[in-house]
Amino acid sequence: MKVALETNQLIALAMKQIEPHVVAAYPITPSTEVVQEFSQYVANGDVRTEFVPVESEHSAMSACLAASLSGARVMTATASQGLAFMWEMLHIAAASRAPIVTIVANRALSAPINIHGDHADSMGARDTGWLQLWAETAQEAYDNTIQAIKIAEDPRVRFPMLVNYDGFTTSHAVETVEILEDDQVRNFIGSIPKPQYSLLDTEHPTSFGVLALQDYYMEFRKAQAEAYKNVKDVVLEVADAYAKLTGRKYGILEDYKLDDADVVLVAMNSAAGTAKDTVDALRKEGKKVGVLKIRLFRPFPVEEIREALKNAKAVAVMDRAYTFGGPAGPLFEEVATAMVNQNQKPLLGDFVTGLGGRDITTDEIKQIFDTGYKALEKGAFEPLVNWVGVRE
Amino acid sequence: MVNENDAEASFVPMSSAPDKWLRKEHLPHIWCPGCGIGTILRQVIEQFTKLGWKNDDVVFVTGIGCTGRASGYVNAQTLHTIHGRALPTATGIKMARPDMHVVAMLGDGDGVGIGGNHFIHAAKRNIGVTAIVVNNRIYGMTGGQVSPTTPQGSKSTTTPYGNVEPSMDVCKLALGAGATFVARVHTANPVYVGQIIGRALQHDGFAVVEVLSQCPTYFGRFNGMPDPVQMLQWFKENTFMAKSPEDEKEGKIPIGVFKDDKTTPELSKSYRNLWEA
Ligand SMILES: Cc1ncc(C[n+]2csc(CCOP(=O)(O)OP(=O)(O)O)c2C)c(N)n1
Ligand code: SF4
Ligand SMILES: [Mg+2]
Repeated sequence: MKVALETNQLIALAMKQIEPHVVAAYPITPSTEVVQEFSQYVANGDVRTEFVPVESEHSAMSACLAASLSGARVMTATASQGLAFMWEMLHIAAASRAPIVTIVANRALSAPINIHGDHADSMGARDTGWLQLWAETAQEAYDNTIQAIKIAEDPRVRFPMLVNYDGFTTSHAVETVEILEDDQVRNFIGSIPKPQYSLLDTEHPTSFGVLALQDYYMEFRKAQAEAYKNVKDVVLEVADAYAKLTGRKYGILEDYKLDDADVVLVAMNSAAGTAKDTVDALRKEGKKVGVLKIRLFRPFPVEEIREALKNAKAVAVMDRAYTFGGPAGPLFEEVATAMVNQNQKPLLGDFVTGLGGRDITTDEIKQIFDTGYKALEKGAFEPLVNWVGVRE
Repeated sequence: MVNENDAEASFVPMSSAPDKWLRKEHLPHIWCPGCGIGTILRQVIEQFTKLGWKNDDVVFVTGIGCTGRASGYVNAQTLHTIHGRALPTATGIKMARPDMHVVAMLGDGDGVGIGGNHFIHAAKRNIGVTAIVVNNRIYGMTGGQVSPTTPQGSKSTTTPYGNVEPSMDVCKLALGAGATFVARVHTANPVYVGQIIGRALQHDGFAVVEVLSQCPTYFGRFNGMPDPVQMLQWFKENTFMAKSPEDEKEGKIPIGVFKDDKTTPELSKSYRNLWEA
């Protein structure tokens, strides 16, 4: 079935189809409508979800954590300062293996105050242990939301997951998308697998949040780090099953005209679409360019990135956030780490664009590809980090 | 010019306060027509003028929300902090510079929801900050969701059939936590709003003025009062002058000064006395 909805409304509809047991949330632009619309489904009796309009994001994530550890299917939505305010609980949710799915309409962080698209919020969560899916379009955001439930709750995974899409550019845009029937969604996700340990299993009382000092803390951490190794397989399995149901096939990355590309741009979320259009235009001029779009950012797909970039000569990474005082933007640092020990590797450059909702235009992307070609002539990206579309 | 025959117009006399205390280059403001926040801000700057305060001696702090935008318009030392954190910031300022007049303007969600813990502790410490809580009983800025002060049964975007939770009483909370000046007023009587804010600004300790304010756009529209005049009428008809927020009269909301304790020492002063001792 086709519908034309604002992405936030569409995601609220996906949540209605998923019918989580518990949603605890606090409003924040540009994700507010997700939970607001969902709360109306609750009020109308369309779903039997326990909806808790808590007094802050810290409380939202705390309520989600307890519900999830009790074995419930749990979702919430937030952005920007809201995700930042959840930070303390994000780590605990991941380490406690609570498969909460959180929708994030990515937005800039303060100061200065800004409500528009930017990846600083979820990039700030990259060390928390949450899995992360990113979406170029409303359709992908919808499909990712449904798949995220199945990935996060899989007994081989049991980690919480962020489902990202750009604030305003995507969250407030109307797109015609293909949706599933409610029972197709429910059959696809099935009921949540019973956790091995549950807060509500009174026959087998369990403690969460225990103390582990010099004696065992490191073992806990190593065990957690190991557990991410299963995730990619499950992401692909779920994508296969979803493709059978919908005909829409997702991977960990998406290659766009990479096979013979000399200069490759790495992008996430909506800018990937603009980048693909630019590639089409440049290909008509005979330029061998391509785009690598990252769908699964956590766990970071090191092997897949190496494989995808193996023929590239110059790689321009587009960062819509910055690591202040660090060597480059966060996505660049990750891509560079993936490539560091490869014998044959492309030249790598970082391009900071679109902060605080500044438009990322095809002209700017052309400029980035140009810089890639110049780097090929010079033998290096100089400087390593380039701020694009910024007034000096 | 004020028309002498027009009682409503002369209600708030013309003054020089806006010239001195507003950043006119930042106008027009973002508030909806008929919103109560402008009425309250006007009374605040009238009192600044009346007290003869200098622009540089006032620190005006807000969190985030429709109310939070006020710091963008006030010509003083202003700080637009994050959602819920105006009071700890104001506390820091007062401790560092007890000579400054520190004024915080908070939304209901900002002040007693996400920032509720700070509200309790500012009151408990009796820090010399004036907290003006603009209680429109809803999250205005994000589009009308339920707030901690939304009355039980009232509608919002997240409670379309009425709020099931009991609501929070800002004045009772302030009293219980130890604030030394506590009052409730409403925007249907702006002159009284000004008088009480004037007293609160001069109070040496944590002073709370809860101002019931109209948000016609969300609270009003959802609850059968889309016209701001209806909301002002509602305030007039559903409040009564009282001595305590515990006073009862036909289910109406008590209004007035509920506490004015001039004996409890203010925190930044106690702290400095300790240094000097
Ligand atoms: C940590 C955080 N969470 C959520 C928000 C989004 N937000 C901005 S203002 C607001 C509520 C405003 O309500 P209130 O404090 O009552 O002020 P009003 O707009 O009604 O004056 C919210 C939820 C935010 N800015 N920061
Ligand atoms: S939304 Fe409500 S509180 Fe905000 S400016 Fe409009 S009327 Fe005022
Ligand atoms: Mg409010």
